[in-house]
Amino acid sequence: MKSVIAEHLVKTYRNGEVKALNDLSLDVEEGTVLGVLGPNGAGKTTTVRILATLLKPDSGSATVAGIDVIKHPDKVREQIGLSGQYAAVDETLTGWDNLVMFGRLYHLGRQSSIDRANDLLERFDLTEAARRPIKTYSGGMRRRLDLAASLIVKPKILFLDEPTTGLDPRGRQDMWQVIQELVKGGVTLLLTTQYLEEADQLADEIAVIDRGTVIARGTSDTLKKQVGGERLEITVEPADLDKTNQIVAKISGHATHVDLRTVSAPVLHGSKDLMEALRAMDDAKIHPLDIGLKRPSLDDVFLSLTGHVAEETVQEPVAKGKRGSKR
Amino acid sequence: MKDAIHDAMIITKRQILQLARVPELLVFSTIQPVMFVLLFRYVFGGSIDTGQPGGYVQLLMPGIFVQTVAFTLASTAVGLAEDMKKGLIDRFRSLPISRGAVIIGRTFGDALLNILVLAVMAAAGFAVGWRPTSGILQTTLAFLFLFMFGYALSWIGILVGLSVKEARTVQSVGFLVTFPLTFLSNAFAPTTGMPRALQYFAEWNPVSTMVAACRQLFGLENEFGATANSWPSQNPLETSLLYMVILMAIFIPLSIRKYNNYSN
Ligand SMILES: Nc1ncnc2c1ncn2[C@@H]1O[C@H](COP(=O)(O)OP(=O)(O)O)[C@@H](O)[C@H]1O
Ligand SMILES: [Mg+2]
Repeated sequence: MKSVIAEHLVKTYRNGEVKALNDLSLDVEEGTVLGVLGPNGAGKTTTVRILATLLKPDSGSATVAGIDVIKHPDKVREQIGLSGQYAAVDETLTGWDNLVMFGRLYHLGRQSSIDRANDLLERFDLTEAARRPIKTYSGGMRRRLDLAASLIVKPKILFLDEPTTGLDPRGRQDMWQVIQELVKGGVTLLLTTQYLEEADQLADEIAVIDRGTVIARGTSDTLKKQVGGERLEITVEPADLDKTNQIVAKISGHATHVDLRTVSAPVLHGSKDLMEALRAMDDAKIHPLDIGLKRPSLDDVFLSLTGHVAEETVQEPVAKGKRGSKR
Repeated sequence: MKDAIHDAMIITKRQILQLARVPELLVFSTIQPVMFVLLFRYVFGGSIDTGQPGGYVQLLMPGIFVQTVAFTLASTAVGLAEDMKKGLIDRFRSLPISRGAVIIGRTFGDALLNILVLAVMAAAGFAVGWRPTSGILQTTLAFLFLFMFGYALSWIGILVGLSVKEARTVQSVGFLVTFPLTFLSNAFAPTTGMPRALQYFAEWNPVSTMVAACRQLFGLENEFGATANSWPSQNPLETSLLYMVILMAIFIPLSIRKYNNYSN
């Protein structure tokens, strides 16, 4: 059964000048995670806002838990949890205050609200900070509290809009762990992100969106295959560039890409190829400034899927026609 | 309906909690009106001879009361705009709560704050010689009027807060509306000195009718201004009441509609 279905969503802003969604369709199978991957301005937030009943599309339709989001927004709201792109909690209040307030707004009784708040604070490792105003929280703590607030009534369907954007690596790791636990608990999740790695870690299936429409869909493996897997990347002094190029070409067996002082090419065997490159470099007495394996980034996905880089789609009217002309 | 009130109360409680968590907020919202009382009383009070028994402060206090509650418009708008900007309103909207509860709750919260501010100001006024002479009933009625006026204006604040994106813009809009309204009135000086056109404006200005209504209820002569024969100056209580009803009849439905309309 599909928990979320969006069909042909169109949404424009400023009287049609800005096309945020352009015939976007997607669905999420019950109990699975869909990662919506796209650059800034691709339409991720707009999609989430429509599915969470905060925004009406110009045309198209969507159901969440089988309920039409346009006809019965009230009923949809009873089924979902939403954690938006920016932590939306009351900064002057403490974490505990916030969660109890949201519990009360969900019509839990006083005691149940308090119990639930305590549970969630503990689960998200926020018990120590519970009595401090949110203002004093780190970015990661805020996001966790925001997520906790969306879980008060244990929703079956959860929308997370860029849950780790702006977090440091540690905060990102913590958040991933929290999300993975939720998923184990059986929640259906639609998650948006700008990071391929994040979608790779968390999602069963990935929908890549660009300029308001889905341009590719599949598991992370299929997408990566499309993109070409890992790349070996070596940075050297300009004098060593030619030799390095030969080494990389030999190991890769594919065409190399040379950019200033960096040589790169796709490789099949990851770390094994890396070791081989290290040995070859050593034999040739070249000291690389940097050497490593690069996983395909969102940029790479975009480059191979669309032929243009994942630039910010700030669709100012002036910028029209300029899109896609880079590279 | 029962749910709506329950939900609104939770939102109201949130505002009270904010004051408890950040007591500075409370200090700042009461310090300004108290400062006005003292400034007007001692800076202008000495040089303005009104012939009023008890001195200028008797005329002044109603003006400051009305001015202070008028600023509810701006504070409601700013508070709401900040919530909008932080995404808190979006979160509230995504919850299965009653329509309008969030904004109704905010108007309640701001109204409660007004009660407190009025009490502090009345105490400050009393300390510098303000004495209502009309008895407890009329005096209470005056405060009820002030409270209601603030409440009605906070609904304009709701619409402004929902419509304007930047909290700082909202602040400026709030002041741009309330400052001229309070000074183009009989609040601090008689309207007799104004050009004719402004006198008409001042006469129909709800701030003037409110000030006049309060003065009357506090037991002062009806000091209205030059054209003392007009309807609003003859019937400040009725006019003020009418204004409040009209404001609420217009702005409550508009605000609720705006809040629930989510096409943008
Ligand atoms: N309220 C708005 N008014 C005008 N344009 C908007 C508004 N919200 C979003 N947009 C535009 O719609 C497009 C998609 O935005 P959004 O859904 O926020 O993208 P994402 O979340 O993927 O970064 C962008 O070009 C953005 O500038
Ligand atoms: Mg976004």
